[in-house]
Amino acid sequence: MTAFLALVARDLRLALRQGSDAALVVAFFVLAVMLFPFGVGPEPQLLARIAAGVVWVTALLAALLSLDRLFQQDYEDGCLEAIALAPLPLEAAVLAKCLAHWLTTGLPLVAVAPALAALLQLDAGGYLPLVFAMALGTPSLSLVGAVGAALSLGARRAGVLLSLLVLPLYIPVLIFGVAAVEQAVAGFAIRPYLSILTAFLVAALPLAPWAAAAALRPALE
Amino acid sequence: MSRPSPSDARLFEGRGLACRRGERLVFEQLDFQLVPGGAVLLTGPNGSGKSSLLRVMSGLTPPLAGALAWDGAAVAEDPGAHRARLHLIGHQDALKPVLTVAETLAFSAALREGPRDRVPLALQRFHLTDLADLPCRILSAGQRRRLALARLLASPAPLWLLDEPTTGLDDASTQDLLAAVAEHRAGGGMIAIATHLPLPIAAAGLIALGEFAPRRSAA
Repeated sequence: MTAFLALVARDLRLALRQGSDAALVVAFFVLAVMLFPFGVGPEPQLLARIAAGVVWVTALLAALLSLDRLFQQDYEDGCLEAIALAPLPLEAAVLAKCLAHWLTTGLPLVAVAPALAALLQLDAGGYLPLVFAMALGTPSLSLVGAVGAALSLGARRAGVLLSLLVLPLYIPVLIFGVAAVEQAVAGFAIRPYLSILTAFLVAALPLAPWAAAAALRPALE
Repeated sequence: MSRPSPSDARLFEGRGLACRRGERLVFEQLDFQLVPGGAVLLTGPNGSGKSSLLRVMSGLTPPLAGALAWDGAAVAEDPGAHRARLHLIGHQDALKPVLTVAETLAFSAALREGPRDRVPLALQRFHLTDLADLPCRILSAGQRRRLALARLLASPAPLWLLDEPTTGLDDASTQDLLAAVAEHRAGGGMIAIATHLPLPIAAAGLIALGEFAPRRSAA
């Protein structure tokens, strides 16, 4: 447990000291969402109709933007090798890195999402469901993304490969995340959608670190 | 094979090891044996597999053939326990530019579930105490190397695997390293060092990796 927490603390400290990375993700999220009123026009009804989808799609892309750093830097400077040689199972190390990744990118995205939804005139009933759905969905994005980041490690043009690998896997989270908000706005229960997002997370928690660790091992041989 | 007193009878050995890097067979039919307090120098021309052998010993690279055993128990059966008893200091220093020297060592010790109180000692032995609060970004190549080596002392492990540890070190730092190596062996530790320099290490075994190159190159 010491090693797990030490790894989380190290990644958080690195993110805080380097600063720019997490800030970049949030800045991308904000700017990309702000482009939509310019692109589709300022009519409130139209913006309200697409608000949930725009916020979610942009959040997926913002999360994707940060994934290539998840293992790449540690791989290049030899730290990943040191982590793999620690007694801590590699699966647990991946989970620790995912947790730190979510705390530095997913959580800020959840925090600014309501403000962006307001910009897009989201109906008042949609804010809480949006926050809940994103709080449940973004950890899955970090976990699934870790598998893609591990698979594309060391590849040329890893960023492009990463998006090809990961974006299709993000579709279920997107569908149910958006549906939760839209159903809430339409006055229906959102519990089933949140349950499905929870189920994704519960499945990803053991499976993604296991798959990512399996993908990292050959890269470290 | 049961060995009642582990402190005397620990033994790290490899039998019939072969290693492949990419499509190329680097060495084959390699045996080695390390006893407590023992040291082995790995020599050979570039590409003969010195680093590969260290990585095989660490469990990072699975051997193509052969097996490693610790106290008669196959290493492959419990890789976690094997990792807990070794340090591998490779070519890369594995430092983060924004972390300080002391933080780097403290993280290294915590990652290995070791106590943190050895960090000041490790800093002192490699003459890094004055640099403890500086970020790794501003260290020179030799200082980075010293910090990488200080990890050996920051958390105890019976087996040290060192890959060209003297690269970038000045004479005084090399002496620091040799002193740490001697002390480690005196305490019953084992060491394998890949080197192309004749390091003055007493009673060290020698593995000339050139001798284990495959006889016939694969057509």
